[in-house]
This record gives sequence, C-alpha cells and structure tokens, in this order.
Amino acid sequence: MKLAAAILAVGLAALAASPARAERLIASVSNHRVTVTPNYSGEELVLFGSVEKDGNTPASRNNYDLVVTVSGPRMDMVTRRKERRFGIWINTDSRQFVKVPSYLALFSNRPFDAIASPEVQRRQQLGLNNVLLTQRVGPDYADVVPNDAFRSAFVRLRSAHGLYRQETSAVTFLTPTLFRTGIPLPAEVPIGTYDVEIKLFADGALVTRTETAFEIVKVGFEQFVANTARNNGLGYGLVTAMMALMTGWMASIVFRKD
Amino acid sequence: MQLYLPIADLPVNVFLILAMGAPVGLVSGRFGIGGGFLMTPPLIFVGVSPAVAVASVASHIAASSFSGAISYWRRRAIDPALALVLLTGGTIGTALGVWTFTQLRALGQLDLLIALSYVILLTTVGALMFWEGLRAMLRIRSGTAVPLRRSGSHGWIHGLPLKMRFKRSKIYLSVIPVAVIGLVIGFIGAVMGIGGGFILVPLMIYVLRVPTSTVIGTSMVLTLVTMVFATLLHAVTNHLVDAVLALILMVGGVTGAQFGARAGQKIRGEHLRLLLGLLVLAVGIRFAIELVIRPEDLFTIRETSGGAG
Repeated sequence: MKLAAAILAVGLAALAASPARAERLIASVSNHRVTVTPNYSGEELVLFGSVEKDGNTPASRNNYDLVVTVSGPRMDMVTRRKERRFGIWINTDSRQFVKVPSYLALFSNRPFDAIASPEVQRRQQLGLNNVLLTQRVGPDYADVVPNDAFRSAFVRLRSAHGLYRQETSAVTFLTPTLFRTGIPLPAEVPIGTYDVEIKLFADGALVTRTETAFEIVKVGFEQFVANTARNNGLGYGLVTAMMALMTGWMASIVFRKD
Repeated sequence: MQLYLPIADLPVNVFLILAMGAPVGLVSGRFGIGGGFLMTPPLIFVGVSPAVAVASVASHIAASSFSGAISYWRRRAIDPALALVLLTGGTIGTALGVWTFTQLRALGQLDLLIALSYVILLTTVGALMFWEGLRAMLRIRSGTAVPLRRSGSHGWIHGLPLKMRFKRSKIYLSVIPVAVIGLVIGFIGAVMGIGGGFILVPLMIYVLRVPTSTVIGTSMVLTLVTMVFATLLHAVTNHLVDAVLALILMVGGVTGAQFGARAGQKIRGEHLRLLLGLLVLAVGIRFAIELVIRPEDLFTIRETSGGAG
C-alpha cells in the first residue's frame, strides 16, 4: 500500500513537472507603468529575473540561453514604394501589414544561431527575420520570406527609428541563473500595452517560458488633449480657434505702436 | 527644452519650433501674407506628419492673421463688404478642401498632392511676382510713368452681372469673380495648410483691381476666417490639430510678425514684391527638386489604424 502510494506520487510529480518543466522562470520589469509627461523623451526599463531549478533539473544542465521579446501595441501599417513616373517620384506599389507590433525588440544573451537550430528559431520566432509579420497580399493574409523587398524595408525603417531592434548580446547572466536586460524605449514609442515574453533555452530546445507586461500611458494634460481631440472634435477645434484669436489679439495689444 | 506633442505623438524642442515660427512670422508681417507655405515644410522636416503639420499650421495662421487684421482695421485698411463676398466663396472652398484632404489621405496620395500643389503654385506665383517686381523696378529706373489704373482696360470680368459697389475700396464690381476667388483660396488653403495670402493679394490687385490701400487688410480677414474654419473642420473630421504645437507656433509667429511689419514699411513696394517673389520661387523649386531627384529611401511607412490615443 505504501509502495503503491509512493509510485503514484512519483507518477503524479512526473506528470506535473515533466523533465522539460524542470525550471521555472521568474521575471519582472522595473516599471510596469511608463507615463508620458510633457518632458518625456524616451526611457529605459530594466527586465530582471532568475531561473529556478528544482529536483527534476538534470544536474548537468548549467548553460541556459534566454530570448526576450518585447512587442508593443499592434497596428495596421502600410509600406509604400516610390517609383519614377512622368519624371517625378510618386508612391505606386504598397503592401499592408496587418496587426503588426508597433514596437518590437528581441534580446538574447548570444546569437540566435548559437542558441537553437534554424528550425527552432523559425518555430519560436527568434530574430527579426523569423518574427511573424502578416501582410495582406490581395485576398490572402500571409507572412513572406525575410528578404521580401517590402518586409525588409518595413523592418529597416522601423529599426531606423529604434522601434524594431534586435540585440544578441543585450541579456546578461549575472550568475548562471540570474539575468537582466535593458528595454530601451525611444521617444516616439506608441502608447499602449507592451507584452514581454521570456523564453528559456537549454541545449538548443525551449525549456520554459513566462510572460509579463508593462504599459505606456499618457497622463494628465497629454491624455486630456489627446482624448478631447478624439472624442470631442468640435469642442477641441473651437478651443484651439479661440486660443488662436486670443494669441493674435494679445500680440496686437502688446506690440501696439500708437 | 523638450515638450511632448500630444497629437503628433513626438517630443520636440520648444526653442527649435519657436525659432522656426519667428522668421516665418517676420516674413509674413513684412509681406502681409500668412506664411503657412513656409511653416509647413520645416515642421514636416522635424518629423511631424504632413497631415498634422497642415492641420496645426491652419490655427497658427489664424492667430497671426488676426493680429494683423486688428492693426489694419485700426488704420481703416479693410473693406468689410469685399471681405464678406470673398468669405462666402471662401467658406464653401474650405469645406470642399477639407473633404478632399480626407479622401486623399485615405488613398495614400496626400503627400504627393501637397508636394505637387506646392511646386505648381509656388513656382508660378513666385515667378510672376518676381517678374512684376523686376519690370516695375526697370520702369522706375528708366523713368517711364507707371499707369496705375489703365482706363478702358476693363476686361470681361467687369462685364459680369450682379454688380456691387465696394465703398472703401472705391470699386464697382460683379460679385461673381470675387466669390470664385474666395472659393479657390479657401480650397487651396485647406488642402495645403496655407492661408493663400500670397495668391490672393496678386489676384486682388491684378484681376479685381482692388487698390493697394485695402488689399492686404482685406486679404487678412479672408485668411483669418478660412483658417479658423479650416482648424475647426480638421479638428472635427481628421482629429489632427495639435493644440500644443499650434500654440508654440503662434507665439513665435505673432512675435516675429510684429517686427516684420515694422521692417516692411521701410522697404519700397517693388523691392518688396521682388523679394517675396524670389522667396516663393525658392520654396517652390525646393519642392520640385525633392520630387525629381531619386529619394534616399524609396519606401515609407504610414500607420493606417492605430492604438494611439
């Protein structure tokens, strides 16, 4: 009887924590709520965490790899290509990107090629080349090959603004199980909720993953202005027009010559 | 000092915007034009999207033309009747313009339209003004008398019906061409984010033959009303007016305009026209070059739906 119970207990434990689940990831960002104030000009958050091993962790396993994916609020975007027509450069061809992250950052402790095989990289969306960016091509929705002209232009332009980034040395392991990385947020990051996904790899395979999030919000005056402009266009327009008239009137008084 | 613009969604340096607004205000005060065509391009250059720039500059021009209109009103240099007829056309034109703006934004060709209309308008108007100023200067130098108003040169415009007497300008004219000019200016102003003063002033002088004493004041009234109207319509339909950006522009603009107005009185009329013509032409050519040379990047990204706001 005792033996049976022991076997059952071990079986249950094995079910609950199969060898792949032998580690637990604990992570947190330094600030879960970034506020956009009048003097906001970008910020850098810090993500830190640790890998917790338990009795099921193979004793030999000590080298972990970590990939952090930060994705901002999803938006539809259009990439347009200019072509020379009638001697001038005009927008001709365009491709729509459907619900793609407005901000995307991929950080790891070493190059993705060293972490996992190309197959795993593709499946786990490691690297800007492997992240799913859905395009609408005619009636179809699909991602295309990484070297597609529109896709690479899209990634390149977003990267130029610091909104898409990939750094394969950004994650540092302070101890074999304690890690940290910075999340730089440039000034023009969009407002909204940002998802942070942390994936732990060992021996080229995904061991475990965890998620956290933070949000960027406008507060006070900025939020008030943005909301009013959106929800009460007429009132907002009237106030702006009144402000224009007041400024003009005051200037004519201040600078009156006679 | 960095300040975050709530609608344009980017931080800008306040002093940079002020520094951009002041010379534009100076030029506008000197020449009696709104100066929107000078203000929109640098804003686009610092990263404000063309649509937000156009919409916000409208309220900036409203402010500077109001301060101008007040001082012209004190000097009795505004013809209220003429302004009223121009406005009737101007209001309709502005509404049409904002509607067109919205349609083109959806089509993705707004930037092209803005650039093309800048090229066409600025180069033609600039060249014409430059040529006029040059001819006037040469005439003065050679000593030929300038026939200010050629009697008997009443063109077809003066044969149109619905004639009306505009007392302060001392002209007797059909309301049709006046209203049509107002409509065209209102339309162009709403689409391009300009007051249209630099087109309206020559049109009033050469086509309607309004005496120079009332031209600038009256054109400022039209600019004022169409730009207030454009601000309202852009705020209601496109939600693109950035009040914070507008306020910085206004402060810089009206300050510059006052100094410009003083400097303007010291320069002779034909020199003024020559200079303004050159300025307008230069901006037009700059836009033309941008369209013709191969852009540094052939690709552009624009958000079509957003989580912003």
